[in-house]
Amino acid sequence: MPVNFGATATDLIRFLPEIILTVMGTALMVLDPVLHKRASHAFGHLSIFALLAGIGGAVYAQSNPGTAFGGMLVVDGFATYFRVLVMVVGILTILPSYGFLARQQAETSEYHALLLFSIAGQCMMAAANDLIIVFIGLEISSISSYVLAGYLRDDKRSNEAALKYFLLGSFATAFFLYGVAITYGTVGTVNLTAIRAALSGADAPPVVFITLAAALMFVGLGFKVSAAPFQVWAPDVYQGAPTPVAAFLSAGPKAAAFAVFLRIFLTAFGPIGADWLPLVWMAALLSMTVGNFAALMQTNVKRMLAYSSIAHAGYVLVALTAQSDTGTAAAMFYLAAYAFMNIGAFAVVSHVSGRGERYQNIDDLAGLGRKQPMMAAMLTIFLLSLIGVPLTGGFFGKFYIFKAALESHLVWLAVLGLLNSAVAAYYYLRILVMVYMHEPGEAAGQTEPLTPGFRLALILPALGTLFLGIFPTWVLDCAGKSATLVK
Amino acid sequence: MPTSLTETYFPVLLQALLAMALAAGLLTASYLLGKRVRNKVKDMPYESGIVPTGDARQRFSVKFYLVGMLFILFDIEAIFLYPWAVVFRDLRMAGFVEMLIFVVLILSGFFYIWKKGALDWSKPEGAGRKQ
Repeated sequence: MPVNFGATATDLIRFLPEIILTVMGTALMVLDPVLHKRASHAFGHLSIFALLAGIGGAVYAQSNPGTAFGGMLVVDGFATYFRVLVMVVGILTILPSYGFLARQQAETSEYHALLLFSIAGQCMMAAANDLIIVFIGLEISSISSYVLAGYLRDDKRSNEAALKYFLLGSFATAFFLYGVAITYGTVGTVNLTAIRAALSGADAPPVVFITLAAALMFVGLGFKVSAAPFQVWAPDVYQGAPTPVAAFLSAGPKAAAFAVFLRIFLTAFGPIGADWLPLVWMAALLSMTVGNFAALMQTNVKRMLAYSSIAHAGYVLVALTAQSDTGTAAAMFYLAAYAFMNIGAFAVVSHVSGRGERYQNIDDLAGLGRKQPMMAAMLTIFLLSLIGVPLTGGFFGKFYIFKAALESHLVWLAVLGLLNSAVAAYYYLRILVMVYMHEPGEAAGQTEPLTPGFRLALILPALGTLFLGIFPTWVLDCAGKSATLVK
Repeated sequence: MPTSLTETYFPVLLQALLAMALAAGLLTASYLLGKRVRNKVKDMPYESGIVPTGDARQRFSVKFYLVGMLFILFDIEAIFLYPWAVVFRDLRMAGFVEMLIFVVLILSGFFYIWKKGALDWSKPEGAGRKQ
């Protein structure tokens, strides 16, 4: 009896964002040799259009939620939230890229095509309900990201970043695959809902195997979200990669990997929550501590933001340890807030670093407040949000996460997290002191003309950060409604 | 039907032992019975082939790797076509349409590398585009 492989119309609608992004990415590659260099901005416009269409597709798919392709994909509130989030991250990455690519005299079409492919993979991860689909999405997202990290081919550091990211990333993927293999060997299925059913059933398989599988997957995903002790790649890659790409890597793939994290560990491995809890608990604590203390020592802004990104991964892991809907909602809210503030901070760094990314040191920001007051004001918003000061998205993100941790009686983790936030305040404030209280150096004086795209690239994240900080309820409601994963 | 683990795997064990015994036996036999002649010709890489000249460690053009990579990509496309062709009738129209999408995707990749000049062996580096 032949299986019916034909996709129904419902399947295709639930897969709409991925289809749009893939078609547009391929179209960009085909258009590139036809148009040559004449239309370098057109590729950016086209990919923003593709992402807007993708967001529309994701929202449209949500009007009729359910599973697609025989339960391999699932469109629910959770998937739609993360799909929209990664596509918004994509738009926020493309806006500063116009000026950046022009400054570095880099080609544009491949950049945007790779970005679209990467985001298509992340959308797939967000909607995956099957370990194989998770793996495929992870690989589509990662392989494009490896290439993007080394996009400036003539820059040695960019090459180094790409190679390190690729080697360590493939290694981490192998760990994830081992975990998938052991899960399949033990449970006999790769469908997340079916795994959950098998684990909570009466004849559940030996917990030792399934814990081993969870641990291996944790290694693979921990790498993708740059959680300690799998974080060593992050500073080198963020420093070497082109700045908009570094911003993208710290927000998009991370959010998608966390979506997978939450879905696998809460849906599939939910019944053995007590067994994997210590693992995530320790990784969360280690990430926060390592990230924050290492960030204290940095002189390069991009490296500092990389370590801060490790620490923020730790905060989100705290939300995962809560193992509750409140925790999931907190993680979802936090990732949105983090995406806005981090992309904004990277956009400012990208502007200040100038042609060839020369000025990347914290000292180079000296006197920015006097020379470029608007830029400095934007940076202030993002850094205050990263600290977690009230009226910014970062504050409510942290607040909800620690609240979820307390509700799940993880008092010590919450206390240690709060202490870590206090440490973190030091290195963010150090930048603000440099910006406002030091004499302008050579870097702050050189003013690149601000393109309209770049203005938007600063204003949109700033508005997003403030919006999440002043009116958090709207996004939190969205997150709260969709946080109930399939159980 | 064999039931226990030992019963199931006993033939495998037997075969493994047999294979090892055969290999060891043949090697020992040829060692004991064979004649050993040492001369210059014996030390050459190919006793009865072309006499090697020069060093094997030459530099290759980096283009070999590019072409090699592209070859693997399109080779894999061909390999995907085989199983599809076998069950072509069972998959009906849906399978045909899906394979069409796959081939169009690969073709646009082919168009891309062709127009980018990745297949032009003699063109100088990067001449295919810009400036």
